[in-house]
Amino acid sequence: MKSLERSRKFQTAGVYAFFIIGSIIMIFPFVWMFLTSFKTVEESMIVPPTILPEHWQVQNFTDAMASLPFLALYKNTALMIFLRVVCAVLFSSMAGYAFAKLHFKGKNLLFSLVLIQMMLPAQIFITPQYQMLAKLGLTNTIFALVFPGLVSAFGTFFLRQAYLGIPEEIAEAAYLDGCNQWQTFYKIMAPLTKASMAALAVFTAVFAYGDLMWPLIVNTDLNMMTLSSGLATLRGQFSTNFPVMMAGSLLAMIPMVVLYLFFQKQFIEGVAMTGGK
Amino acid sequence: MQNLSKRARSESLWGYLMVAPTVIGLLVLNIYPFLDTIKLSFSKTRPFGLYELRGLENYIEMFTSAEFWRANVNTLYFCLLTVPIGIFLALIVAVMLNAKIKGRTFFRAVFFLPMVVAPAAVAMVWKWMFNTEYGIINTLLGHQINWITDPNIVIITCAIVAIWSSIGYDAILLLSGLQNISKSYYEAASLDGASKLQQFFQITLPMVSPTLFVVLIMRLMSSIKVYDLIYMMVEESNPALTNAQSLMYLFFRESFVTGNRGLGSAVVIWTVLVIALVTAVQFWGQKKWVNYEV
Repeated sequence: MKSLERSRKFQTAGVYAFFIIGSIIMIFPFVWMFLTSFKTVEESMIVPPTILPEHWQVQNFTDAMASLPFLALYKNTALMIFLRVVCAVLFSSMAGYAFAKLHFKGKNLLFSLVLIQMMLPAQIFITPQYQMLAKLGLTNTIFALVFPGLVSAFGTFFLRQAYLGIPEEIAEAAYLDGCNQWQTFYKIMAPLTKASMAALAVFTAVFAYGDLMWPLIVNTDLNMMTLSSGLATLRGQFSTNFPVMMAGSLLAMIPMVVLYLFFQKQFIEGVAMTGGK
Repeated sequence: MQNLSKRARSESLWGYLMVAPTVIGLLVLNIYPFLDTIKLSFSKTRPFGLYELRGLENYIEMFTSAEFWRANVNTLYFCLLTVPIGIFLALIVAVMLNAKIKGRTFFRAVFFLPMVVAPAAVAMVWKWMFNTEYGIINTLLGHQINWITDPNIVIITCAIVAIWSSIGYDAILLLSGLQNISKSYYEAASLDGASKLQQFFQITLPMVSPTLFVVLIMRLMSSIKVYDLIYMMVEESNPALTNAQSLMYLFFRESFVTGNRGLGSAVVIWTVLVIALVTAVQFWGQKKWVNYEV
């Protein structure tokens, strides 16, 4: 019995060792980004490198903010994420509910559009989507950033699954209580899918935030870029000045990381629920 | 009876109204662009945004281009590096996260962290760490390796960053599969004297195989479509560009840098066909190893 206990202790120690090494590998790049962002260019080029900056100086942050309009980037990114999340959750809820619970002719045919979109990679839509916007003169706008995310096939599919899991009797009871179709959906059914809606919101936000190709293509005006596409521009300007690039990267990642620290559970569960996309 | 048909009519009216935004959106944003991309792949760009149908010209140009075949090789190499190693490591992390230890919520959050950081920022810091002269990785190794400019190494470098970025995401998905495995299987096995390793291969692996399959498909698809990370790590002026360029990077450069949208569209169509083929092979192959009898 004693040897069993000892082997269990040994195992726990092994798991901890694994996690501590793993955590260092996962966190170190961010620590290094942080430390480098306070160094001068000269200091960043010392070999072997200093660990802590000799003088903590904020010059890199002012340099990054001078060459990129960070306030505009934050605003554009936040608006893009907000509008994409609202559209995805609202339209997908409506369509998901109708596809799951209502009877109408041609339902399966219309739902097959959702499945086709899900099977195709986003890049196949990009060139024509861009050409439509260019023709309408709508490039370099917030609308352009939101455009491909106005509707979400994945969201529709995902919320349809959520509505399929709700028993028919609930809608029936609401109907007998005098609710019309919209009231049944809005007041009774939609609140029951809260967890799924939250998961879809997290999923949409995380992927909109990281998206690079689309914002690079549609919004070439510096003041209309997102944080991601702005960083790509910064990379071109300061190709050897790594402290400035680290400062810019830090500024770009901070809002989402702060949100993550507060809503860590919702982030992870949201992604686990929508997983496999 | 009349009441019932009135209800049915109102139901189908609401049905159409509620799917309308999504259906119209899909038609405008996806179905039409999908067909248009197919058309573009058979056309040449003319001034003033006009197009001229040119048959197979783009495809012939694509199939005779060394850069295109190189992009295929690069993408394949990237997939071979990231998919097996990434999923293997993610599975280990998931099994560890499934252990009953203190602080596992913290460790889970740490591994997941790269998911909430934009790939652009992730690529920046790794590019700095992989810098030949001043990067911390070469300092630690004591060697001057050209991680980003050596044509033979650059894909490996990108693959390392890709694995680091996705390991937490894949582990979270696998973890939810592991948590569905009933504890009683393990209790029975340890009464029978099965070692932890035997338990892993005889219980964990078969039971988690459906989740593993989903993660595999997803990771493979996103690896074939890789673009942002390589774009950020390897810029236009990098001498190793043609050895790092993935299919989607080639598509982006042809369509939006060179402005040859016909050829770019042909590259996308090719990539879609590759994805379709790979997915079909996976679904056919899963019968041999995925266990659905639980």
